[in-house]
Amino acid sequence: MTHPGEIVACPECDLLQHLPELEAGTKARCPRCGNTIASRASEPIDVPLALTLAAAVVFIIANTTPLMGLSAVGRHASTTIPGGALEMWRQGEMVTAVIVAFCAIIAPGSYILFMLATLLAVKRPPAPHWVGELLRWADSMQPWSMSEVMILGILVALVKIAELATVEPGIGMYAVGGLVVLFTAIMITFDPREVWKRIEWTDDVGETVR
Amino acid sequence: MTATAQTAAEAGLVSCETCALLSRPVEAAEPGHCRRCGAKLEWRRHHSIQYTWALVVAAAICYIPANILPVLNTTTLGSTDSDTIMGGVALLYTTGSWPLALIVLIASVMVPLGKLIALSYLLISVQRGSIQSNRDRTRLYRLVEIIGRWSMLDVFVDTFTVALIQLQPLMSVEPGPGVLFFAAVVVLTMIAAESFDPRLIWDSEAIRRFDD
Repeated sequence: MTHPGEIVACPECDLLQHLPELEAGTKARCPRCGNTIASRASEPIDVPLALTLAAAVVFIIANTTPLMGLSAVGRHASTTIPGGALEMWRQGEMVTAVIVAFCAIIAPGSYILFMLATLLAVKRPPAPHWVGELLRWADSMQPWSMSEVMILGILVALVKIAELATVEPGIGMYAVGGLVVLFTAIMITFDPREVWKRIEWTDDVGETVR
Repeated sequence: MTATAQTAAEAGLVSCETCALLSRPVEAAEPGHCRRCGAKLEWRRHHSIQYTWALVVAAAICYIPANILPVLNTTTLGSTDSDTIMGGVALLYTTGSWPLALIVLIASVMVPLGKLIALSYLLISVQRGSIQSNRDRTRLYRLVEIIGRWSMLDVFVDTFTVALIQLQPLMSVEPGPGVLFFAAVVVLTMIAAESFDPRLIWDSEAIRRFDD
């Protein structure tokens, strides 16, 4: 029996299997461990590119506008995402400030940047092999980009502070909510296998020469 | 699956962790680099068990001060109140928002502890060469990977509370030393989950088949 498509190993259990040609909107799961090995979107480059561009704009808004404001006894205060990290730094919690800045600003920002560069570069194949490096960086940033955790954190802080003073949500908070939706949409519509298909091989330098 | 089912490693093939291309390395001891994307090829993640254990132990040590030390110090007109993570949960509960109290309790107390237990169990079962419930253990690993990031919740809550409530001399909130340990637990367990190689769960089966 012959199988069309390519042979792959499941990244989670290493089982060798034939990956069938997938139709748009379908997924392939490993028969042994159940891991999703591949999924096929109808527009694997253009749709994520549009979403990433939107995410870049929303990211800038989320980081420059106030998340929430507070009014108490005639005084008003508000904070932004960088403002939060900066206040932690000022209060002497430097390491925590860096972790917050990384998960809230640097990781999502770099993810957007690397994805944008990758998607633009593979629009006209073949793309040079360093594009693969960009995709690898985007991949390594992804687990540390925590917009969805942050939005919940902002909401909990909002409820806690509401006990003490009047708080009102700011534009930044809605922007973070928008980012959560956009990041999810990018992950659903993007197919990294399509990118690898369009990238030139680095070839066998260092493979046979030893 | 049929009896002919084989892993890539058994067939002498190594799968690239970056681009998923299968390669047949010239030398088994030095698989070299992926011909398509240039990533370093590895049969299994480097020193997976040792690294994961080291990170789990380090996280378990940080877990204690993270829960004992205060994460927030609230100063109201000269008097100071300290809150630990559990104190924050209790405060949310008493002020009537029990759904949020439950979310914070799950994300800050149960998830980190659950991760430490789950990773230790996976490590021990792999080291003992278990071939029981491989599928469930892989699922457990996937769960640890997915929910791990949610523990960062409390760090964000504390950060934005501190940033907003700076109304000296009326009222101000400062971060306590617990925040650092708590953030360390989250980061260490996330790196631990990344260094664990789920393929090890399935390798014992292949080794037994080979021995027979």
